[in-house]
Amino acid sequence: MSLIGIASLLIQRVRSVILACVVLGSIAACSPSNNPINTESGASSAPNGVIYCSESNPTYFNPQLDTSSTTSDASAHQIYSRLLDFNQTTGRIEPALASSWLVSEDGLTYTFQLRRDVQFHNTDFFTPSRNFNADDVIFSFERWLDPQHPFHKVNGGNYPYFSSINLPSTIASIERINGYRVEISLYKPDSSFLANLATDFAVILSAQYGDYLTIMDQPQNIDFYPIGTGPYRFDTYRKNQFIRYLPHENYWRKSVLADQLIFDITPSSSIRFAKLITGECDSIAYPSQTEINIMQANPEIIVQEKAGLNIGFWAFNASKPPFDQADVRRALALAIDKNSILDAVYFNSASRARSLIPPSSWAFNSDIKELNYNPVLARELLAQADIPDGFKMTIWAMPVVRSYNPDAQRMALLIKNYLAAVGVNATIVTYDWHTFREKLSQGEHDSVLIGWSADNGDPDNFYRPLLSCDAIPSGTNRAMWCNQEFDALVNAAIRISDEDQRALLYAKANKLIAQEIPIYPIAHANRYQVKNHKIQGLIINPFGSIRFENVVKNDTLTTPTTTDTSASQQP
Amino acid sequence: MITTLIRYFNLICLTLLVLVLLSFSLAFFFPGDSAVNLLGAAQIADQPLLSQAVNQSNVLVQFWYYVQALFNGQWGVSFATGKPLYEDIMQLFPATLELSLYAVTLALVFGIPLGFVSGLQYRKKIDHAFMSSSMVMYSFPVFWLALILILLVSLQAQWLPMSGRLSLLYDIPHATGFILVDIALSDIANKQYAFHDAISHLILPTLSVSFIAFAVFLRSTRRSVVDVVSTEYIKSAQTRGLTASNIFFKHILRNALLPVLPLLAVQISTLVTNVMIVETIFSWPGIGDWLIQAIYERDYPAIRTGIMLVAMIVVVFTLSLECLSQLIDPTRDRFAYARR
Repeated sequence: MSLIGIASLLIQRVRSVILACVVLGSIAACSPSNNPINTESGASSAPNGVIYCSESNPTYFNPQLDTSSTTSDASAHQIYSRLLDFNQTTGRIEPALASSWLVSEDGLTYTFQLRRDVQFHNTDFFTPSRNFNADDVIFSFERWLDPQHPFHKVNGGNYPYFSSINLPSTIASIERINGYRVEISLYKPDSSFLANLATDFAVILSAQYGDYLTIMDQPQNIDFYPIGTGPYRFDTYRKNQFIRYLPHENYWRKSVLADQLIFDITPSSSIRFAKLITGECDSIAYPSQTEINIMQANPEIIVQEKAGLNIGFWAFNASKPPFDQADVRRALALAIDKNSILDAVYFNSASRARSLIPPSSWAFNSDIKELNYNPVLARELLAQADIPDGFKMTIWAMPVVRSYNPDAQRMALLIKNYLAAVGVNATIVTYDWHTFREKLSQGEHDSVLIGWSADNGDPDNFYRPLLSCDAIPSGTNRAMWCNQEFDALVNAAIRISDEDQRALLYAKANKLIAQEIPIYPIAHANRYQVKNHKIQGLIINPFGSIRFENVVKNDTLTTPTTTDTSASQQP
Repeated sequence: MITTLIRYFNLICLTLLVLVLLSFSLAFFFPGDSAVNLLGAAQIADQPLLSQAVNQSNVLVQFWYYVQALFNGQWGVSFATGKPLYEDIMQLFPATLELSLYAVTLALVFGIPLGFVSGLQYRKKIDHAFMSSSMVMYSFPVFWLALILILLVSLQAQWLPMSGRLSLLYDIPHATGFILVDIALSDIANKQYAFHDAISHLILPTLSVSFIAFAVFLRSTRRSVVDVVSTEYIKSAQTRGLTASNIFFKHILRNALLPVLPLLAVQISTLVTNVMIVETIFSWPGIGDWLIQAIYERDYPAIRTGIMLVAMIVVVFTLSLECLSQLIDPTRDRFAYARR
């Protein structure tokens, strides 16, 4: 296959040359330039619409079946609605298709009152004859809940998000009370249940469309020719080329919608970037870190940044002496300078972490006492704990790039130098990603540089997997730290529905972590979104995939404005 | 003349047969099951001839069914999309043809007249200017040229778009596959904007492809004009006192153009290569971009069909042009010298 090898090599060459050109070109093109083509075609009679350059083909048009962000970007908030939504700025849960809901005293029964007059998409492949009601909710939930459901096995029968959080075994039953009221019973109280219903994955499908496809004997079409209640309806999809959506005229939220929404599938990051500069894309997926600075200098491109729902940290193996002593852990944490690590590893693309959860979460409390770089105190504490000079320990650095830690090796090297200054002799250890995680689960490490990205806005998604006793065998508690008091707090918090009361419990948990330091939080990597200055209404959705509801392109804006402060959010 | 036709017809048929045989054998050379490589899926309902080909035990019989399937448009399905290759290719092929057509036309329209100018001004200032500039143009690698055009025209000046055939905001139904024709046939409002957009997308790829072809045409026309001008019959025409325009139209034009036609035939394979590279760089949705994507995705049925098709196009066009040039100018017949 040498011919193929040569060909793909050639393609890579060409791509890297394009990248180089793009970088050079955009540096040179920083001065504002007039754009005769675009202004001319931007006249009122040329078609208007929003073009988003996505990075690859969605697997399905149904996020129930796939957790990849490509799939949920293309479907979750464009085609579908959920019972509940996260407010994009506060992160609190707000009504969507469920206009209100009630939680029983024991926290086991959830009753949802459904919105009336919600219409499904009317497309060339399906014409709905009735509006949204309780049957659609039951159809959508039972598809992933009930293995006997006629649509359960369609298109693979895997529902990765729901199985990863074990939701099917949490839900005891889902029942229709009347046409617009649904009752869901759980086996045990779970206050992150509502948050799970607001994630990208808990979309509502049309039961009538399901019946229609069963009659037509084409059940697999349900995930490729989707029908939903979201702001845009599916029009055309050409693999490797584009996806076209048209506005849903009878969208229940009555939002402002673009004349059309197009996903231009552009796999190469440098070409996406170049198309953003030429105005062929209005926004692009995954802007790369090296390009952000160039984009910031371009007056026609707006770079938005926000702290993401993630955390990069240094975890100490609390099951191994001497790291089982809180003072030793504190000493090691005091020995390193977080700010210089942020500069050297994240290049200002992250904010300094004070606790496990990022400031955008409602459970964040700003009065946590933070450790400051203090090598003198670190030495003292080490001496008190009878740690000899030249004590040997390992720092495990993860081998892959993640937004919460773009370069663990480099970070490990910096930490090693800081530790040497307080008389600790550290060795850096790494394996391939699979072996690395396996050996971590077996607790072979002294300390590890790793992190966590949350799936939903609920703080439980940080505390439980990272530090609870149960998470040690399941392999996400890298500190191997088991504290009954902490577990009790986290378990108590998940049984209460009231967010303010839960926040109090999480504040106590934060305090406990700050005292014990099983893990030392380093940074919350920022999420970036870039867009053309003519695009209005596009904001970073920290709680899931991109949303094009309320996003329009204003072609009358010809010169870049600097007053668009509502769009650029600083953490 | 008839013998020439028959000879070329045989040559084309034989070459095509070898190509089909090669493409058929590719299914066996590619890794994996040869039947799946041929079909693109475990089984296809609506391509009976190709499915039959797979079911035969004798390779020769398999090949016979394969040839029949090719004639019936049963080319298998793509690994990547699962769609019939015939439909895919028929949708993409006009885009490639459109780009090549405009590029060749541009190169011919400018290359040949300027070649005449240069040849008639032999060793004068204009000639030197043309020769040196065409040498520079000829030395440009096409992918580099395309990237430089993108850099200067699209990214820096932002005059023209850098990818695709038409802004995705226009939803033009596929009728002929030629974008300008399709826009004319469609019933969208404000066609002039769509035309404007389509042409602005066409300019850069067409320029990139025609650049090198233009230099080649200019240089070969000039060479042939110089050769004709220095012949005895031109000198005798001059001594007979014919006017310059008379000499040019009666004697130079036809004789100088004759050797250019076979050169065009030689250029076709270069042209096809350049079109494929340009398509990849400008994301032009044609056969070249598609084939390279197929190579990237290890889509064996698509690679097999695509390579065969591109090779066929090159063979058919090259040989037909050669045949044509011999019909026009029988003295070029390299097999007929013994009879003369």
